[in-house]
Amino acid sequence: MTETAILTLDKMKPDDEAVITKVGGEGPLRLRLLDMGLIPGTKIRLTKVAPLGDPMQFHLRGYELTLRKEDAAVIDIAMTSPTKAQGGEKL
Amino acid sequence: MTFALVGNQNCGKTTLFNCLTGSNQHVGNFPGVTVEQKIGALKGSKDCFVVDLPGIYSIRPYTGEEIVTRDYIIHEKPDGIINIVDATNIERNLYLTLQLLLLQIPTVLVLNMMDEVRAGGGTVDIQGLSAALGVPVVPVSAAKNEGVADVVDTALAAVRDHRRPTVTDFCRPQSPVHRCLHAVTLQIEDHAQRAGVSAPFAAVKIVEGDDSFASLLALDQNEIELIEHSVKQMEDETGLDRNEALADMRYSFIEAVAAKTVVKCRESKEHRRSLAIDRVLTHRIFALPLFFLIMFVVFWLSFDLIGQNLSDLLTLGIDALSRLVERGLVAARVNPVVTSLIIDGIFAGVGSVLSFLPIILVLFFFLSILEDTGYMARVAFVMDKLLRKIGLSGRSFVPMLIGFGCTVPAIMATRTLSSERDRKMTILLTPFMSCSAKILIYSILCATFFPHHAALAMISLYVIGILLSILTALVFKKTLFRGNPVPFVMELPNYRMPSLKSVLLLMWEKARDFIQKAFTVIFLGTLIIWFLGAFDIRLNPVTDSANSILAAIGQWIAPIFAPLGFGDWRVVTALFSGFTAKEAVVSTMAVLCGVNGSAGLSSVLPTLFTPLSAFSFLLFTLLYTPCIAAVSTIRKELNSRVKTAGIVLFQCVLAWVVAFVFYRIALLF
Repeated sequence: MTETAILTLDKMKPDDEAVITKVGGEGPLRLRLLDMGLIPGTKIRLTKVAPLGDPMQFHLRGYELTLRKEDAAVIDIAMTSPTKAQGGEKL
Repeated sequence: MTFALVGNQNCGKTTLFNCLTGSNQHVGNFPGVTVEQKIGALKGSKDCFVVDLPGIYSIRPYTGEEIVTRDYIIHEKPDGIINIVDATNIERNLYLTLQLLLLQIPTVLVLNMMDEVRAGGGTVDIQGLSAALGVPVVPVSAAKNEGVADVVDTALAAVRDHRRPTVTDFCRPQSPVHRCLHAVTLQIEDHAQRAGVSAPFAAVKIVEGDDSFASLLALDQNEIELIEHSVKQMEDETGLDRNEALADMRYSFIEAVAAKTVVKCRESKEHRRSLAIDRVLTHRIFALPLFFLIMFVVFWLSFDLIGQNLSDLLTLGIDALSRLVERGLVAARVNPVVTSLIIDGIFAGVGSVLSFLPIILVLFFFLSILEDTGYMARVAFVMDKLLRKIGLSGRSFVPMLIGFGCTVPAIMATRTLSSERDRKMTILLTPFMSCSAKILIYSILCATFFPHHAALAMISLYVIGILLSILTALVFKKTLFRGNPVPFVMELPNYRMPSLKSVLLLMWEKARDFIQKAFTVIFLGTLIIWFLGAFDIRLNPVTDSANSILAAIGQWIAPIFAPLGFGDWRVVTALFSGFTAKEAVVSTMAVLCGVNGSAGLSSVLPTLFTPLSAFSFLLFTLLYTPCIAAVSTIRKELNSRVKTAGIVLFQCVLAWVVAFVFYRIALLF
């Protein structure tokens, strides 16, 4: 992750896997994210994107969670699967 | 003795509540808000009650549900807490548990859906978990009614023996979080005791920055600064902010406990099945067509095949009864005014509203199945993008869609929206969805005045309704409903078989609600309209309805409608009687014009309207006040007379303005 742009949750492609590195956002949104178990170190996988392109469906801690893209963009991640996402660092 | 039933959403809380209490439930609202409160007596006991608190993920001062739960636990002080947890998703569910344990109220942890865990090859070391969390743990399967008796026994015993949770420290020893919480707890202990709240709980809430606790404990400025200092130090040492640090503490603790006591099931059968179903139901291309197909079938069954036929049957029954009573009254030479009151007032009025009942029952039968299976959450997922633009979330789509059938169940269906702001806004917008009772008015007028474009004219009315609702939403989003909507961070639960008991209980609840309204508010309303139509100004009974008070009011108000192109008193009177039910607009107009049925009406309509004023009238009908049944439902769901009156006034004014603008501009061409 040295020089490249930091990757965020909304940039994931279906079946990508990642680890959360930082949770941004503020107010109720941020607290809700933390309460739902999105904290640094959590493994997360993108299950699918909704038919209209938003929101997104993630798998974490054994359950499925939906997030809007704009909300997912406040969460930084490090890819753990070979990334298909654009803008991420090349392995 | 009172127990609070607390748990996440989708963990089977309602099912357990129904198991614990049977059908002996009382539904009301929490004080001051429209969040539903259900209370039931524990089966087999008269003085033990269970309060079903809203499904929440954390005790925070933000959403209506969280505030209600927090206030209830802190101020009403239940004797015991029954915390239900989805064992297939134990990590996230225990997050709330760790907050509840700090309350120092006797608590029982109920592990639900244990059958699914076992089927997936998972196990939970019940004793180990109980020791690690310091509370009794009871494994159950609420859907199969297994283990529920144990819950009752354990809960009663916990309260009887005053068994408070024994574990309240979830941090790693000597960690910065531990030091901070320890310091703050010590510092506020006296205050907490005086305020009658648990010190460890209050300490966490204060560290989290919940200001209401600072005032509840009456902390002075010095003490607040001291606490702030401890928190700052913790943030510096951990590199996390306060909320992150506490969330991390809870999840780390849970992970450690789970590693010792839980053998996770393989990816459960239910989860794999859900993903498979979702591959179809939220498919990139099929999702929308399938959604509309499902809704079409529900509509067709409710408003056509089953509901409508039952409704017709009920109408036949009421009519037969009404005729029988009429014959009896005439034979007994009862005063004709009293006969008219009973037959034309009570039977006709309440009867016409009651005939909606089967439709509502059938509709809610299907809606609660869609809700309980988990499909509604998928609808929210699929539709969210469309509704977000007008400041709502995907959850509001289904209630608004039902509005095209009938506004009453549509507004009842907003109950499932978790955000109070979204619910209010959805209630405001639903009347714009043209209900099916108006079709009668549309079809007669369109057929008469636009014989070659009747379908187009009708469709345009629906579209105008939708467009105006979007416009209204955009305006109100910026004004009345400004402020942050509740974040759309939603769990997609596994698909599950709905429990017939829960579905039937919900149907019964809605039916009871509606019948109650039919015999109170609606009864009164129809009586008033009957009275106005049956008497003249000197309170003599009239034979010709043209002489009635209603007609007089119509004549008096008619000039207001003249600028819209339909200032005839008969038309205005018909609009008035449309308040009881929209179908009445057509029948009243026919009666006042002295013609029979819709065929006769279409011959006299051209004397009342030009094609332009007819469309102006249609626009007004589309938008003006919902019928009395809908208005009383709105009042119940908003829990406010003022806001309900506001909606009625808003609709009437908007209807007038839209019809006026249309008519005046159209006249120019």
